[in-house]
Amino acid sequence: MVQAINNALDIMLEEDKSVVIYGEDAGKEGGVFRVTEGLQKKYGEERVFDSPLAESAIVGAGLGMALSGLRPVVELQFDGFTYPAFNQIISNVSRMHNRSRGMYNVPMVIRFPYGGGINALEHHSESPEALYAHIPGLKVVIPSTPHDAKGLLISAIESDDPIVFMEPKRIYRAIKQEVSDEKFSIPIGKAKVLTEGTDVTVVAFGAMIRECQKAIVMAKEAGISVELIDLRTIYPIDKETIIESVKKTGRIVIVAEAPESFGVGGELIAIANEEAFLYLEAPPRRVMGFDTIVPLAKGEPMYMISPDRIFYEIEGTVKF
Amino acid sequence: MLNTLKQPKEKIIKYNPEMIFENFDPREDKILRIIDNDGNVLDKELMPDLDDETIIKAYKSMFFARTADEMAVSYQRQGRMYTYPPINGQEAIQVAAGLLIRENDWLAPAFRELAIMLAKKVTLKEIFLYYMGNEQGSKFEFANHVLPICVPIGSQLLHATGIGYSIKYQKKDEVVFGFIGDGGTSEGDFSEALNFAGVWQVPVIFTIQNNQYAISVPVQKQTKSVNLAVKSIAFGLPGIKVDGNDFFAMYSAYKEAYDYARAGNGAVLIEALTYRKGAHTTSDDPSKYRTKEEEMEWDKTDPLKRLKKYMDKNEIWKENEEELIEKYKLEIDKQFSEAETATYPLSDIFDYMYTEMPEILKKQKADFELFQTWKENRK
Repeated sequence: MVQAINNALDIMLEEDKSVVIYGEDAGKEGGVFRVTEGLQKKYGEERVFDSPLAESAIVGAGLGMALSGLRPVVELQFDGFTYPAFNQIISNVSRMHNRSRGMYNVPMVIRFPYGGGINALEHHSESPEALYAHIPGLKVVIPSTPHDAKGLLISAIESDDPIVFMEPKRIYRAIKQEVSDEKFSIPIGKAKVLTEGTDVTVVAFGAMIRECQKAIVMAKEAGISVELIDLRTIYPIDKETIIESVKKTGRIVIVAEAPESFGVGGELIAIANEEAFLYLEAPPRRVMGFDTIVPLAKGEPMYMISPDRIFYEIEGTVKF
Repeated sequence: MLNTLKQPKEKIIKYNPEMIFENFDPREDKILRIIDNDGNVLDKELMPDLDDETIIKAYKSMFFARTADEMAVSYQRQGRMYTYPPINGQEAIQVAAGLLIRENDWLAPAFRELAIMLAKKVTLKEIFLYYMGNEQGSKFEFANHVLPICVPIGSQLLHATGIGYSIKYQKKDEVVFGFIGDGGTSEGDFSEALNFAGVWQVPVIFTIQNNQYAISVPVQKQTKSVNLAVKSIAFGLPGIKVDGNDFFAMYSAYKEAYDYARAGNGAVLIEALTYRKGAHTTSDDPSKYRTKEEEMEWDKTDPLKRLKKYMDKNEIWKENEEELIEKYKLEIDKQFSEAETATYPLSDIFDYMYTEMPEILKKQKADFELFQTWKENRK
């Protein structure tokens, strides 16, 4: 996935002179995860550079650039370090188009790695998608494969709206997949049915897709047919794909790493209830993180959602 | 409007013109240095009043911290610990502060403050527990007034300022030590902490450990200021740039800052010029962004070597360093082993979230236990 994102950035830098990339360690070193590696060398320090250490400034200055003819793709180093920038994001980035009655666009991408499962220090394992999806004016995108990361990022950079682009760091290098070197894009706002099934709909995104796929194998052995949907975009959420699937299967299980309360799971259940209530054969279920801080490495395996826990909930829903 | 502003009622203790802070104006980029790289005293007048015993104690503390730090890196390399941020090269700063900090004084660390944490009686076992991924390592059993390691860059300095306000309000005889790195000075929280501390006139000693790099970004790309100490001027605080690899210079600066803050004069900013000899953390590879030549050049200023040379020249040091290191290694390994045997029950994830656990959390925990039972039975 790291190479696919790097390739998407490379293509857009090449194609569009207004694209600039910066963040802490994003220039010379190529980022702590090497996502921007080699880009400074290729496009120069004026277009790919290290910024001083201040997330609020990274985003706030990026907004200034976006308002004045550039397309900044800024990198925040970790999920848990995005919060100093929260004020700029919620108070200005998301509002400028509306505030100026369409006079200004904000063609800006805010990229950051998110999620747990890498034995990291505190603030390096969080999944704040619900925080950003809750802010009117933002779009929130999360890829689950190298191919999707490339296509979605190209769409994000080409978008005239601000995009929060969350990268599942746990699978940065875990999935090997051939990705075309050519430019291609994947539409924002569209979910994808990864596996068709008839008994239960499982909705997930990011690093949880892989865990769900393992759970589906277990389910198949137990004679349960699962339809797996990769959300791809958190907001605007693709209601249509979800509703259609739930109407078919009559059951829904949502899988996400973030704390359960007030998260994406609750939103999806609301959609299922509002739009497919009479089709439901069992109460919807969430397989999500506890309402706790993501534990450090020793406690993290209990927090992280495992395939057998997903299967446990799938089975529980079907047996209801 | 201006003349309606009232003068503060507190008695202002006059800023002592003899202060070394005044003689090393950061605007002129002066640096306080007392011994050179070979351990020669550059200015006898500036030499702090320390007896041999204290100097030996300081050296031993630096030596112990370095040995522990090197062993921590090696434990990490063996896969027995997770990401660890080495302090190698920054011992003189923290040991100098550690000589002054009392039991009731406060410490607001960032995450590269092993040596002063040890001075505050945080145990190595606790440090190791933390970097093994166990939050119990942040519950300092024997240390008083030490905040847990603070990872969000710069945010801890505001806590230091707030504690300073409490001390002043409660009329306590305490001082706060707040630590930050060079990169952290770019965060808004750094400026806000200094500004509040200035306005409130609180007993806080802010230390910038300028180790030249914020991960890969050199300090020259962090600021256009002539140095970092000069940032104190805008907030109306005394500030000084000190050779952070010179134990005596660090001690002198801290002594003066400490007396100044403790006497009610307010906060102080110290920039300790040093070098991060190791990686940012064990996940980082410095060869990506700096040269071996640069590392060798800084190695000449190494704080331990310098103090050792001073002690040798003055015939203070009589111990066998080989024996000492073996003794330290045994002690460090003992504490590591204790940390390694610690367990992590499910309740550790839930029990400390609230003083009273909400029902919804109890339910999540109980549900997970049901799943665990199901999983066990399935085997």
